[in-house]
Amino acid sequence: MAVTIQAHRLVRSGWAGALARRMEHGDILFRWLLVAVAGGVLLLVAAVGYELWINSALPRAQFGVGFLSTTTWDPVVREFGALPFILGTLITSLLALVLAIPVSLGIAIFLSELAPPWLSTLLGFLVELLAAVPSVVYGLWGLFVFVPIVVRPVAEALNQTLGFTALFAGPVFGPSRLAASLILAIMILPTISAVSRDVFRAVPNSQREAALALGATEWEMISQVLVPYGLSGILGAVILGLGRALGETMAVTMVIGNNLDLTPSLLHPGYTMASIIANEFTEATYDLYLQSLIEIGLVLFVGTLLLNLIARFLVWQVARRVPQEVRA
Amino acid sequence: MSGSTRRPSGRARYTWRKLTNAGMLSLTGLAAFLAVVPLVWIVVYVASQGARFLSVDFFTKLPTPVGVPGGGIANALAGTAILVGIAGAVSIPIGVLTAFYVTDKPSTPLGLAVRFGTDVLSGVPSIVVGIFAYTVVVLPMKRFSALSGGLALAVIMLPTVIRATEEMLRLVPNDLREASLALGAPEWKTSLAVMLPAALNGVITGVMLGVARVAGETAPLLFTSFGNPFWSTRLDQPMAALPHTLFTYAISPYKDWHAKAWATALVLMALVLSLNIVARAWTMLRQARLRG
Repeated sequence: MAVTIQAHRLVRSGWAGALARRMEHGDILFRWLLVAVAGGVLLLVAAVGYELWINSALPRAQFGVGFLSTTTWDPVVREFGALPFILGTLITSLLALVLAIPVSLGIAIFLSELAPPWLSTLLGFLVELLAAVPSVVYGLWGLFVFVPIVVRPVAEALNQTLGFTALFAGPVFGPSRLAASLILAIMILPTISAVSRDVFRAVPNSQREAALALGATEWEMISQVLVPYGLSGILGAVILGLGRALGETMAVTMVIGNNLDLTPSLLHPGYTMASIIANEFTEATYDLYLQSLIEIGLVLFVGTLLLNLIARFLVWQVARRVPQEVRA
Repeated sequence: MSGSTRRPSGRARYTWRKLTNAGMLSLTGLAAFLAVVPLVWIVVYVASQGARFLSVDFFTKLPTPVGVPGGGIANALAGTAILVGIAGAVSIPIGVLTAFYVTDKPSTPLGLAVRFGTDVLSGVPSIVVGIFAYTVVVLPMKRFSALSGGLALAVIMLPTVIRATEEMLRLVPNDLREASLALGAPEWKTSLAVMLPAALNGVITGVMLGVARVAGETAPLLFTSFGNPFWSTRLDQPMAALPHTLFTYAISPYKDWHAKAWATALVLMALVLSLNIVARAWTMLRQARLRG
């Protein structure tokens, strides 16, 4: 019955039928709608870059490339240089990476190679939840719990043992570059470990079996076969983590101490690109000030864009090289 | 002679390899449990600190000034609901339609470009998205508004929705699609009335994860929806949001505001984590059932 009705509708005659056939019963419209929406998403990405670019014209005209390499940030005398923030972001993000990479790889190896399935599922689930905790909650916990209980004693110990080096020179503060790096390390753990776990899982079993058959211990199999095999994928995971660390705002702003001093000490408060934007954007009282902050946003955008490009390329390369193999 | 010197060193080397193996493997296990420590610590601490301040009033009253006891976060709860509502209303239809295009034409130039664009978009720092919303909405309107905040969240949510929908559409058996087309249904009807319902569970979990993510975002709201200590549901006015209220309380110098910060954090965490747990558990159950 229903089929008959459909058939009748499809063979409508007259101009309505002609129009329906012409539009392939709505499919032409639907296809154009999809193209328009998908193209719109693409345009959106371009629009983000474009808006940042045109809204940072003033400082680009006034300071040129020097914006990136000068250290004065003084709204009163209308001098703006972004170097302290760029350095602050790089130092905290790189230190966070150094701390997070070994732990993340350990997690990834444990989850993909060693843990029984139920434990792997459970731990993987908990690590994913770690990624779901809002940044501002990390900041709150960092400010009132993590910094006084963990960071400060660690900083004091480092200062007492290695205080003669510039990196760990005193005085010791709670909120500091070290505090920001530690919080960042915790926040990027899930990203790096989840992606590298998937990379390890994509390594064909024949590689594992070959190494073990040659008499390798399990660790030798992991370190000499799995890691080299998935190296570019792991690198991709690390770069994705770095991208996340660069743009992280709230938690860092709350524990880094927001200080413009250019001391090399990790125990000193610092500033990052994201946190200067968060702190001063609503206080920027004139256009050059506001646009300087937007230019910092532009630098951040371009930086994360490049990192994502590299990371996607690396991960994609692994995915292309490794034949889809289902592990037992 | 050579045998007698080689054998002990060979055995020593074997023992050393075994020890390294045991040592490194236990370290990986340690790393996995180490990662759980901050999660448990944060959850337990937020729950214990937050629960002390939690009451019915906290959900139904407006914020009070410093020093005035009581008060709640009713405006922030409503604000987060409205902001996330705007984000979902904008990003879900766009995301689902984009996913249809991308699954249908994954290797056309536009298809490749859109997939790449989605990856790029998911990597853009949320504070940069905030600047974008500021230049596009706040500057022309000349005021902070809920609308600009909601749109910023929509941009952040969009890649999550696209990816979740795309993954699910790929899993829909081609037979279903062919059956529908063979019965004479046009492609749009096949997409919306056959493919989408078949993929719906996955789309919903993807949306839940997206909502969980944007509900906790603070950075893009700092200079878009701006925050508001009063009750406001107007889209062209500044609006409060849970994470933003939490931030304001946390960085204030007042003890009683700090207590409110922990209580707000508890509410926010409960919202975000329960969305995550439900969505992920649901996905796992479904996958287990598919595997048989």
